[in-house]
Amino acid sequence: MLPRDALAESLRAAEKPALVAFVTAGFPEPDGFLRLLAEVAAAADAVEIGVPFTDPMADGVTIQRSSQAALSNGVSLGWILDQLASRDFELASPILLMSYLNPLLAFGYDALAARAAEVGVSGFIVPDLPYEESAPLRTALEPHGLALVQLVTPATPPDRLIALCQSSQGFVYAVTRTGITGGAATFPPEAAEYLAAVGAASDLPVCAGFGVRARDQVEEIGQHADGVIVGSALIEALERGDSAAEFLAGLRPR
Amino acid sequence: MAQLDTSDASAVLAALIAGDLPDSDGRFGPYGGRYIPETLVPAVSRLTDGVERFLHDEAFQRRLDEELRDWIGRPTALTHVPRLSARWNADVWLKREDLAHTGAHKINNAIGQALLAQALGATRIVAETGAGQHGVASAAACARLGLPCVVYMGEIDVARQAPNVDRMRRLGAEVVPVTSGDRTLRAAIDEAIRDWVSDPVGTYYLLGSAVGPHPYPYLVRELQSVIGKEARAQMLERGGLPDAAFACVGGGSNAIGLYHGFLGDETVRLYGVEAGGRGDALGENSATLAAGKPGVLHGAYSILLYDADGQIQETHSVSAGLDYPGVGPEHALLRDIGRVEYVTASDNEALAAVDELCAAEGILPALESAHALAGARRWARQNPGTRILIGLSGRGDKDMPILAQHPIGSTDADKEHSDAAA
Ligand SMILES: Cc1ncc(COP(=O)(O)O)c(C=O)c1O
Repeated sequence: MLPRDALAESLRAAEKPALVAFVTAGFPEPDGFLRLLAEVAAAADAVEIGVPFTDPMADGVTIQRSSQAALSNGVSLGWILDQLASRDFELASPILLMSYLNPLLAFGYDALAARAAEVGVSGFIVPDLPYEESAPLRTALEPHGLALVQLVTPATPPDRLIALCQSSQGFVYAVTRTGITGGAATFPPEAAEYLAAVGAASDLPVCAGFGVRARDQVEEIGQHADGVIVGSALIEALERGDSAAEFLAGLRPR
Repeated sequence: MAQLDTSDASAVLAALIAGDLPDSDGRFGPYGGRYIPETLVPAVSRLTDGVERFLHDEAFQRRLDEELRDWIGRPTALTHVPRLSARWNADVWLKREDLAHTGAHKINNAIGQALLAQALGATRIVAETGAGQHGVASAAACARLGLPCVVYMGEIDVARQAPNVDRMRRLGAEVVPVTSGDRTLRAAIDEAIRDWVSDPVGTYYLLGSAVGPHPYPYLVRELQSVIGKEARAQMLERGGLPDAAFACVGGGSNAIGLYHGFLGDETVRLYGVEAGGRGDALGENSATLAAGKPGVLHGAYSILLYDADGQIQETHSVSAGLDYPGVGPEHALLRDIGRVEYVTASDNEALAAVDELCAAEGILPALESAHALAGARRWARQNPGTRILIGLSGRGDKDMPILAQHPIGSTDADKEHSDAAA
């Protein structure tokens, strides 16, 4: 099975709602990266590994902070791929790389796609790459069966929403509110309608998130989506020194 | 989408002159495009539609022309500078954007975009600023049109361009110091984009240079082209076209506005002067076109300063307005086809140029503009007796806190050359 299909399958097979966890690579410390990744992969149903970038223009203060800390500790895309290559154990869930475009461009798309496939990455999420500009990366990922996950937002017009859902791979990332990552979690009444529209337009699992930090939100969003994405709140738990596994377990509906 | 063959420089130039670039994908050859979060796609599409609908609309143009004339004071003067000419052994002319209302070319763009924002029904304006000139211009334009305005400014720039911070606040803008990232212009743009992503419908992002996702590089160029249009007509009235024209290049808005008056004039050599800072080492300058590589930042594919991992490089320039690791995509194309040559001037050369223009002609230029003067000065040495036009993009009052750290006569332009290409 292609990595992107395996990703979709494993999200479908997960207990509802699937939990997708985001961690900035090498945060809080580069040393424990693989250990933390294994822990998060065991507690979640898929993991987004954040590639730190100097100018995270779609991210709020929490992920800005974790990115900055990782960069100061020398974390780079190359380092992440080397770490993944060096592991001698299987991860319990599929992993994706979430990165702004420039680190990917600097690495070179073809070399990146080959290397990512080799080290067990299932796909990419690129917040500053809208569909219209995505052909070169998509083409490079294609021969390796890697997913390019498309984001949709409440601001996306209906016809565009359908096109984006159809073009997505692995899953559809439904941002639940306009804005940057982190911040207040709100689930306005129209969000249910929006997620229903995303679900109707998509053959893939729909994972929703932005500002999710508590179990009741996971339960609420979980009624309208296949999966829930948790990022900033997990980073904040790590900043407090809390256990990632316990924090994630605490988000699962009882 | 037919990709432009950039190896045919004259065809590319012809397309630029004919107004065929950017193409419908927002590309200048390989450069430009729209690398933006999905949340902004509808907002940027609305902006693109608005630009098409209003920018060349007669009523809009009439309104803009009125503001340019009655509020900004256009046309700005073309000033012959005989004492500087004698010193340089050249015939030197200055296009005086420092005389435009609020003291720099930035106002041409700010009032145009503020009018557009109003036509599009925006209820709130956000802007970024480096030197503070675009912030002041945005604050003034918003006050003029009765729109609320928030300006993001890196905290390093807040300190080094303090006079402009007070001006913005007096003009009714909220100034938000940015403490993240590099705490200069680049971080201010990041923060303005974050604000815009949070309210893509009501908020209009008034971007201050010829950078960013399409349609900004085009929109800003069109609004700044008044500089080159006026300058060309004024030069012709006063004896003929120049042999060479110089402009400083940060993001590249004053430069692109000047160049567009002369692109079709084969005899006019065009030069862009980037900030050579303290030297050639990475991080010591902001010489994007001299030292950068193609990449994506702030919504566009252009030339950038970044490291082997794709991380954007910290930059340095004594002038806050040039202290930026990117450059507008059209400049990348103009460089590739050889129509414009980009050189650098160091901090010291720029500081010396400020003193020289003050002493010789009684004009205090902005530190940004002083880079254009320094580049032209060097070129004049190698091309004696030529006729030179310099885009004096702004006035230097805002730089007094920096100039205070460099006593008069403490810099010597001839002591140091960061670039001998000109
Ligand atoms: C006076 C002046 N000139 C030039 C610039 C550089 O901008 P650009 O390259 O967009 O003209 C600035 C920017 O703040 C400025 O204030």
